[in-house]
Amino acid sequence: MAAPSSTPALRVANLRKAYKDVVAVAGIDLDVRAGECFGLLGPNGAGKTTTIEICEGLTAPDSGDVEVLGLRWSSDAQKLRQRLGIQLQETQLSDKLTVFETLRLFRSFFERGPAPTDVLALVQLEEKRDARVSALSGGQKQRLALACALVGDPDLLFLDEPTTGLDPQARRQLWDLIEEFKKAGRTILLTTHYMDEAEQLCDTLAIMDHGKVIARGTPAELIASIGADHLVELSTATRGRAVDLDAMRRIAGVREVRGDDGLLTIHAAGLHQALPAVLDELHRQDITLTELSTHSATLEDVFVSLTGRHLRDE
Amino acid sequence: MSERSPATQRSSSPQTWIDHPLVQLTLVRVREFTREPEAVFWALFFPILITAGLGVAFRSRPAEVLKVAASSPAIVQALRQEPTLDVAERPGPEALTLLRTGKVALVAEPGPAGTVLYRYDDTNPEGRTARMLADRAVQRAAGRADPVPTADEILREPGSRYIDFLVPGLVGLGIMSNTLWGLGFSIVDSRRRKLTKRLIATPMSRTYYLLSYLVWRMIVLVVEVGVPIGFGALAFGVPVRGSLLDLTILCVLASLAFSALALLIASRARTIEAVSGLMNLAQVPMWILSGVFFSAQRFPDVVQPFISALPLTALIDALRAHMLQGAGLSELAPQLAVLGAWLVVCFTLALKFFRWR
Repeated sequence: MAAPSSTPALRVANLRKAYKDVVAVAGIDLDVRAGECFGLLGPNGAGKTTTIEICEGLTAPDSGDVEVLGLRWSSDAQKLRQRLGIQLQETQLSDKLTVFETLRLFRSFFERGPAPTDVLALVQLEEKRDARVSALSGGQKQRLALACALVGDPDLLFLDEPTTGLDPQARRQLWDLIEEFKKAGRTILLTTHYMDEAEQLCDTLAIMDHGKVIARGTPAELIASIGADHLVELSTATRGRAVDLDAMRRIAGVREVRGDDGLLTIHAAGLHQALPAVLDELHRQDITLTELSTHSATLEDVFVSLTGRHLRDE
Repeated sequence: MSERSPATQRSSSPQTWIDHPLVQLTLVRVREFTREPEAVFWALFFPILITAGLGVAFRSRPAEVLKVAASSPAIVQALRQEPTLDVAERPGPEALTLLRTGKVALVAEPGPAGTVLYRYDDTNPEGRTARMLADRAVQRAAGRADPVPTADEILREPGSRYIDFLVPGLVGLGIMSNTLWGLGFSIVDSRRRKLTKRLIATPMSRTYYLLSYLVWRMIVLVVEVGVPIGFGALAFGVPVRGSLLDLTILCVLASLAFSALALLIASRARTIEAVSGLMNLAQVPMWILSGVFFSAQRFPDVVQPFISALPLTALIDALRAHMLQGAGLSELAPQLAVLGAWLVVCFTLALKFFRWR
């Protein structure tokens, strides 16, 4: 049943889309293999939603080529709709229907798929079966939206910002569900602006900014691409004296040093050797440390090193 | 039951008729309506309230007694011979005040040289009637005899009273406003919530989506028409002289025509405010011109062709002809043609312009 992983589930070439004078997507290429979870990571306004909605056949591109499951929207729209599961970013399902009624409605549109009750169990909403949609919490609503995307037993699942606005517990619960589908061999394309979500869920990532893909690879590859596995952050009491950054950069294992008003960020490989050397150098320069912390490099650090901005910058 | 992963199963649950998408979509319409108590109230009980209220206000009363005033005892005595006049004796200035404030329809007072002076407003039908009755009483008191003896036979037939005129008007008004508001709000609310966009992301047929609204209106129509007509018949004896089948065909066609108009009005709007404005714009001319509460014939001849082309005029004219005169479908052909034209034109345009996302 699982398609061989050589056939692409989704292929996008040179996609462009502009709204009035805003260019939302400025020429991107994507390849999603069958069975993988592919993530579009980027800040708000990067063009993620436009891209995913073009793939979903809801928005027409200005130019470029989109092939979904080997089919095209222009000729096979009806066939494609039967095989896709879609969760949109801001759908409000009808408040007056119950959870079960909503699922049964969505199930009626598909030729095949699991019974609504089974999907309900899958997203752990059995006890809310007869509750009105208006009575659900944010996390429960999002799980219902996910269930609506699953009633057609899709070959390809599109999730647009599935955990935006949820509290940490609800996010983790949704991640667990998505992990389950991954294990079942489903193909997923998801967008997110949470780097931890991308790192946790995605096999392959494309980092988007200003309508372009600025980096792609597995999360591990992307993190390795900045040439450092750890980041060291130091606060110093310099009493007006600048730290000699060049001396710091000469230390073995230090890849990059950024200093800003007594706050130093150091990208380092081989923390066990680089950190003692950094501390020695600070001692030599007679700099007093007030705080020190280290963390493993994350996708956030990748984004910052690529764009100089943070993902969550408004 | 064996343990299986629902995520990978490809089961097809048994499909019964109730799992047909059109049935499911229609159920959504019905549920959204019945779970909104206010909507049910306005759609069903409001027509009853208004029929009852107006029916009582305009009920057939015994021949009206007109209030008049006179300033001289002689004239008062003459007028009191007329049983349909209620005569008050008042000094001249006080009587005039009563006339000016509308408390009496006419003031009679002695004029120079044995004449009688009537003061009244000739644009007021009551004033003119009072003038005739008062003059007859004054002349008879002075000795006039009628050369031809006459007799009266009073006929008050159901079908020619105001309430008979009113009920078909209210039924037509109800079909129009329920259909326009019900459909318009529901469609725009679903679009505003991005629910329409979510639905077209599934394999759902767009035709079924629009059809579900029409089917829902057909269901509500039974109550919407049945309740006011039934109430009119029970409470006031308003007749339904045409056949029930013809009435059904007429109401179904009218409901479809107004549904198509509602789809067109709601085809682009993104907010409730926007669609409300458009709904009012479409309905106000018909509230005024289509003859709900009074005959549309009162408007000037030049606008009559325009008035006849309005769907509500066509519906109400046809309902009155059917209920009061027992007209059949062939006699209602012009009105049915108007409604059919609105249905075809509006539905075609709505399909073309409808904003799905």
